[in-house]
Amino acid sequence: MPSAAVRTEAPRAWQPARPDAEAPIIAATGLRRTFRLRGRVIEAVRGVDLEVWPGEIVGFLGPNGAGKTTTQRMLTTLLEPSAGEATVAGHDLRREPDKVRRRIGYVAQGGGTTGDCRAGEELVDQGRLYGFSRAESERRGRALLAELQLEGAWDRPVRTLSGGQRRRLDIAVGLVHGPPLLFLDEPTTGLDPQSRANLWDHIRRLRAEHGRTIFLTTHYLEEADALCDRILIIDAGRIVAAGTPGELKRRLAGDTVVLTTRDAGSAALAATLLHGRGMSRAPRIEGTAVITSLVDAPGRLPALLRALDEAGVAVAGLEVRRPTLDDVFLNLTGRSLRDGDPTA
Amino acid sequence: MRLARDTLLVFRRNLRLSLRQPVWLTIGLVQPLIYLCLFGPLLESVAEAPGYPRGDPWQVFVPGLLVQLGLFGTMFVGFGLLRDVRDGVLERLRVTPVSRAALLLGRVMRDLMVLLVQGAALLGAGVLWGLRTPLWTFAVGLGVLALVGTAFSAGSYALALIVRNEDTVASTLNLAGIPLLLLSGILLPMSLAPDWLQAIADANPLRHVVDGARELFLHGGGPSVVPGVAAAAGMAFVFAALAAWALRRESR
Repeated sequence: MPSAAVRTEAPRAWQPARPDAEAPIIAATGLRRTFRLRGRVIEAVRGVDLEVWPGEIVGFLGPNGAGKTTTQRMLTTLLEPSAGEATVAGHDLRREPDKVRRRIGYVAQGGGTTGDCRAGEELVDQGRLYGFSRAESERRGRALLAELQLEGAWDRPVRTLSGGQRRRLDIAVGLVHGPPLLFLDEPTTGLDPQSRANLWDHIRRLRAEHGRTIFLTTHYLEEADALCDRILIIDAGRIVAAGTPGELKRRLAGDTVVLTTRDAGSAALAATLLHGRGMSRAPRIEGTAVITSLVDAPGRLPALLRALDEAGVAVAGLEVRRPTLDDVFLNLTGRSLRDGDPTA
Repeated sequence: MRLARDTLLVFRRNLRLSLRQPVWLTIGLVQPLIYLCLFGPLLESVAEAPGYPRGDPWQVFVPGLLVQLGLFGTMFVGFGLLRDVRDGVLERLRVTPVSRAALLLGRVMRDLMVLLVQGAALLGAGVLWGLRTPLWTFAVGLGVLALVGTAFSAGSYALALIVRNEDTVASTLNLAGIPLLLLSGILLPMSLAPDWLQAIADANPLRHVVDGARELFLHGGGPSVVPGVAAAAGMAFVFAALAAWALRRESR
């Protein structure tokens, strides 16, 4: 028997979009945004349709300039759409931006706190802007600091906090009013791996313990893979794919299969056979190995191996590499997400 | 009322941050006094020159300094707003339901608060130096200072929001500030200027503000006072509208 080194995916805690939810918490149709720059009209977002359901962690991926930030700025009321409709957290984005603002939290990539402010002051200021009393703002702020493991930061000037602490403070500030929907823009950019893993845990807990919906943009595919229930990929101003990371990988990127045979002749025979039966796209031969890309390799390998066996090709080794989101991205957009990413 | 409450919140936040930078506050306080000490004495001799307004030179110079304080005390506040833009603070605040007007109004109020303290210190020092004029003219003078301050504070925020770049803001302010100052007659009265220069200076609203303030301090009133106050109020209105437009433009 050939050895099949098939790595299985880690099980996921998430259940697909809650069946009990009546309506999506974000529903956008035909969202567009054009900018005028020196007489030229630039179409940053060309008609985005998307739905996010309550309790989901959704990752919004796209290369630089794809319209990711513009879309998020529209959904958070920072930018008026040029066209299209959207309901965010139960209110119409264009007609009731103020009501939307009361029900969403937003944490920008660079945060939004002032170095000279104390952490507690930022939290109280923020709470009061939402109409809470000083005492209530303080109560909420302290509870959030405890929840995000920032006890003791209350009296500290923001500039004395570490990168990871500061990012958690930003999140606390975005949550003071208890919004059911939280937008995170590149939440872990610039953090060291430990702080990043720690922040992922916090984000998961925000959903697990409060049932919050989290909509995050990210450059890091492993972040989307590890954290998100569902991924939306935007390219050139349009959503080009949506699904769970597993679905996207199955649907949009094949598994890479490396089949080792006993000699070059067998390899050539195997390649012809695979290609001829339409089992794989353009196999490549390297010495005694055949390298090919196969959609749903684990499901199709048994039949494939049987066919090779019948044709008398002796298989000496078999390796299957599951696709990464980067492969998905590459297939969809023709470029690697990392290409345009100075931080990766 | 939402606007009043939000304005107060933004005002307090910004004042708190200003008070954490005592060096800046001190510089703002000391600067007009330096003018008073180092430039004022020159006036004693210039005051004899033909065309120089008759009267105590301090009554000519101090109101001018007051207007200058209104200009230079607020002109650079846009840098603070740009810092908030860079830190993402402005965006964070714009995602809250805070009244949009309050975001600027609270800042302008903070600027005025600082400015009025500096103005009062300037007038106090003027009195020590020999300025003698009724107390109510001081009150009107501070009112004019507040109007000029509103104009240039709002103008500075508008500029910062429109150009969004510290270097451009700095060079624009330098470009605009110096002619505004020279053509206002603050340092030397425009009545000393040749006709062509006077004609240009007439187009400078600050010149009328200075003329009005001077007449107020010299004679306790006169034909230039109302146009002077009107010029200050007009500038305040125009720049406030510009700033409101610039903030509105952020989401457009």
